[in-house]
Amino acid sequence: MTREIAVVAFAQTDHRRTSDELSEVEMLMPVLHAVLDQTGLKTADIGFTCSGSSDYLAGRAFSFTLALDGVGAWPPISESHVEMDGAWALYEAWTKLLTGDADTALVYSYGKSSPGSVRDVLTRQLDPYYVAPLWPDSVALAALQAQAIIDAGDTDEPALAAVAARSRTDATANSHAQLRGSVPQGDYLVRPLRTGDCPPIGDGAAAVILAAGERARDLCERPAWIRGIDHRIEAHGLGVRDLTDSPSTRLAAEKAGAFERPVDTAELHAPFTSQEVVLRNALRLDDSVRVNPSGGALAANPIMAAGLLRIGEAAARIHRGESDRALAHATSGPCLQQNLVAVLEGDPR
Amino acid sequence: MPEVLKAPLAVEFPFTRSLGPVQSAFLTGLRERVVLGVKTIDGRTLVPPVEYDPVTADEIRDLVEVAATGTVTTWAWNHEPRRGQPLDTPFAWVLVRLDGADTALLHALDAPGPDAVHTGMRVRVRWAEDRTGAITDIACFEPYDGEPEQPAGHSGEFADAVTGIVAAARLDYTYSPGRAQSAYIHALSDRRMVGERCPSCRKVYVPPRGACPTCGVATSEQVEVGPRGTVTTFCIVNIKARNLDIEVPYVYAHIALDGADLALHARIGGIPYDQVRMGLRVEPVWTDGARFPDHYRPTGEPDTEYDTYKELL
Repeated sequence: MTREIAVVAFAQTDHRRTSDELSEVEMLMPVLHAVLDQTGLKTADIGFTCSGSSDYLAGRAFSFTLALDGVGAWPPISESHVEMDGAWALYEAWTKLLTGDADTALVYSYGKSSPGSVRDVLTRQLDPYYVAPLWPDSVALAALQAQAIIDAGDTDEPALAAVAARSRTDATANSHAQLRGSVPQGDYLVRPLRTGDCPPIGDGAAAVILAAGERARDLCERPAWIRGIDHRIEAHGLGVRDLTDSPSTRLAAEKAGAFERPVDTAELHAPFTSQEVVLRNALRLDDSVRVNPSGGALAANPIMAAGLLRIGEAAARIHRGESDRALAHATSGPCLQQNLVAVLEGDPR
Repeated sequence: MPEVLKAPLAVEFPFTRSLGPVQSAFLTGLRERVVLGVKTIDGRTLVPPVEYDPVTADEIRDLVEVAATGTVTTWAWNHEPRRGQPLDTPFAWVLVRLDGADTALLHALDAPGPDAVHTGMRVRVRWAEDRTGAITDIACFEPYDGEPEQPAGHSGEFADAVTGIVAAARLDYTYSPGRAQSAYIHALSDRRMVGERCPSCRKVYVPPRGACPTCGVATSEQVEVGPRGTVTTFCIVNIKARNLDIEVPYVYAHIALDGADLALHARIGGIPYDQVRMGLRVEPVWTDGARFPDHYRPTGEPDTEYDTYKELL
């Protein structure tokens, strides 16, 4: 790798159950302005812009082109979009900076789940021949995975409740989070998952700025250097996979260099409590690692932005000097189908 | 702030999908109450079968019949079935490894309650009465305490194999247009056209979307524009649109309303289609009860000079 690239700024909305008084661009724009303000950059200074979103969430065709209005994309800027979580938009921007084509990149993503029924919307990403016609919703698929993990002896319901409680307690320090403090574990939504094991449904957005080399040092007192980043995917058949493990996460972590030295912090994109159990095992995280100090996706899960939030939160801890080496993880698809791992470091203090 | 506007929005598509040879054999098999798997390079039997080996990505075509009985590998109790799911009474989602298969199939299990379900329990396929060659030809699984059924060794060759499926999909939303467009729509109900001005470049956008695409900042200052405007460019529509009761040919035009820095588009009426021209002055025509102009018609004013609207084509 010939160029050092860092996250130099991060901003997010308050994540809320609804935002029906705002269009997507109206929700997104303050976040874009906030992240630019942190660096003093203007749109015209940005070398590459990449976003992640899904039109299915709010049912609005080409919503990402309307969102571009908030960037100031006319006259045309160098820009791209992924129908993925913003973590994958960040991956594309990182590769763009690696090529030397740009020195700075704006990455953002947003999701408005409130206009639709997100459990049903997410069925449309499944195998259209064998799975989608059965409409298995996102909670049902996570529950199948949770039961497999329980059957394997890797966790039990009290342990899952403890993950939920720890996440929402940690989120009390995160003013952007949607679910904070004491949240009842509740009834079964799809057994064995209770409402407390599931993420809140909500709307929100996130943005980060990447910069290369000296530019990063100019823009940020303590840049969060991306030491490695990789993403891998499981076989698409749910019944082909071992749902109790995440070999794609482990492989991505290995390729990103996560196992070369211990990390002090991990921001894991685990929308369901049971998925944190799988990820901790796959990433070999022991109790010395601070997991999801932000509260994680169990505290705020704006779909398409929740993975980018993990990278942003990990980077922000490095910016603030609260972490020296952090792992950030993002996931997409049912039962941790696809996984991205980034390793971030701050300069020695 | 005016009240938040909301309207129901249904997105509905019948997706027509073609099948590969393995998928075709599997779904045709279900129609004939035969369950087929496919052998991978390393000798495992995948059910449901796929076209390519999940490990090596090789094309795989070696079909093998498996039993309609099997074992639950994991389950989840669904006490509130949702639209489109296999059963409308409480059921268990299950992954089932059919006898003879090495992988599991997702479906529903009809059971009296969660206490009647456990990993490792034996189940069998309950076939749908009407079968068309789709995954829903399996109505669900049901508990089964008999011997494993013996597959008959079907070759996977069928007369009149299905080659495609039609997958209906409907998602329901509650649409809200957001602050700027809500204000625009509220004003329209008073037959006024209200755009928004960019605080930076001073351009007025109609309809407003809340942001200036050049400056990337929020628009907020409301500016009433029109009602008259100028045709900046147009096309002649010769193909009748479905569900649209307008005789062809007709003219659809970009119209720069007086005071606006962005052209909106609308139909031109009240003039023969072949007499519409760039620079034509027009005004909106409202019909009773409508929330937006039905079309625009000539005002009779002299045409506008090209140089004054050339940026608004």
